[in-house]
Amino acid sequence: MTIHLQKEIEKLKTMILSMSARVEKNFHDIAEAVVKVDVETAQRIIREEKEINSIELEVEEECLKCLALYQPVAVDLRLIVAILKINNELERINDFSVNAAERVLDLSGLAMESSPFDIRGMADKVGRMLSMSLDALINMDPQMAVEVCNLDDQVDEINKTIFQQVIAQLKAGSPQVEMLLLFSSISRYLERIADLASNIAEDVVYLVEGEIVRHQNLEGYDFHKGR
Amino acid sequence: MTQHKIQFSPVMRVRGLDLYYGTAQALFSVDMDIPKHQVTALIGPSGCGKSTFLRCLNRMNDLLGSVSIQGKIEMDDGTDIYDKHQDPIQLRRQVGMIFQKSNPFPKTIYENVVYGLRIAGVNDKKTLDQVVESSLTRAALWDEVKDRLDQSALGLSGGQMQRLCIARAVAVGPEILLMDEPCSALDPKSTAKIEDLILELRGKYTIVIVTHNMQQASRVSDYTGFFYEGKLIEFDRTQQIFTNPKNQQTEDYITGRFG
Repeated sequence: MTIHLQKEIEKLKTMILSMSARVEKNFHDIAEAVVKVDVETAQRIIREEKEINSIELEVEEECLKCLALYQPVAVDLRLIVAILKINNELERINDFSVNAAERVLDLSGLAMESSPFDIRGMADKVGRMLSMSLDALINMDPQMAVEVCNLDDQVDEINKTIFQQVIAQLKAGSPQVEMLLLFSSISRYLERIADLASNIAEDVVYLVEGEIVRHQNLEGYDFHKGR
Repeated sequence: MTQHKIQFSPVMRVRGLDLYYGTAQALFSVDMDIPKHQVTALIGPSGCGKSTFLRCLNRMNDLLGSVSIQGKIEMDDGTDIYDKHQDPIQLRRQVGMIFQKSNPFPKTIYENVVYGLRIAGVNDKKTLDQVVESSLTRAALWDEVKDRLDQSALGLSGGQMQRLCIARAVAVGPEILLMDEPCSALDPKSTAKIEDLILELRGKYTIVIVTHNMQQASRVSDYTGFFYEGKLIEFDRTQQIFTNPKNQQTEDYITGRFG
């Protein structure tokens, strides 16, 4: 029976890694597309949403099957629970990429030379968090996962700054109200993606350390598993 | 041994327990506190010493001539159960045992339940009637047998026989119930009844159960001890053992990677 479970787990790992590769690629593409207002890429990401959704369902069904049929415990249980949650977080990250893609289409109708905010800088940080959280998953590296969580505050700060800049420009009577609101939304989506990358990282900490670390500051986290 | 900091009031303290069958050592310096009014499951592969350990807790091993024991097992009042002044019969009243194969006597259901009391010299009909009803009720068997107490216990189903044995153990007012794979010969429905019963009895009695069925250990117990090659490898809260064991051997065993 354990051999069957291990085979199922290997299959689940492959599925979640392929899902994460696609979601990560979509994110990097949309981050570039936002800066360049690249309509074609935006449309592709919107089109592919259904595929990602159906992969999410497949992974979830596989996880439920493993739980029901094999009643896994210990590291196997933690892995399947982590995959179940990460799967859901990846799908939501992709939803935000799709939201950003829709804003790109909105932006394309506006006369605008370039983004007035440091969206690229923010997207780079978020992209780094996402890549690190997935690397942490692949390498079962809780230290890298904790680093991801600690980066989240920086992204929150950038989002806050962009929001304040938008408010300031609106108060100053900027005529580009629509464009300002669209960038404010995009900044919010990026900030949410960073939150979800942090959630993935927290799931990795749970997977490896066996400790639920949500809703706590992970600076100076004590990696105490040490067997 | 790997153990988290856990706090409970122990009903028994085992310290440095070594056991030999002749010259072959079967238990190696086992330390364990048995938590009071909780269910403790002992798991481990065949031959790991878990049943041997269980039998030490009411000196069942005394009945095998070749067994020798070193170390201490103290009750919560400080008495050492292996003290030479300790009466093993009295001890076994305090620490009852339920075996893998149910072993009702070839007597009526009623007489099975009161057997221990009769041996102790209790013959008052009213007292015995009360004990029969309360013990069978505690063993979740009363409703099924109350109209046929005078019939032979050997006519009961396997699951009912096992519950009758639990009633018989409960009737003499023990503090601790030891169960050695009590469900291994039962179908899933009877197993579920025994498991429900274990959860019912918890809080009134201390239960120590040896089981090969790890799902059973995780369902019914509050604490779990993992034995391997005669050593207690890890002892912790059951939830901890089954979600995040601290010892690699425990993890390998419960995830089916060996054993």
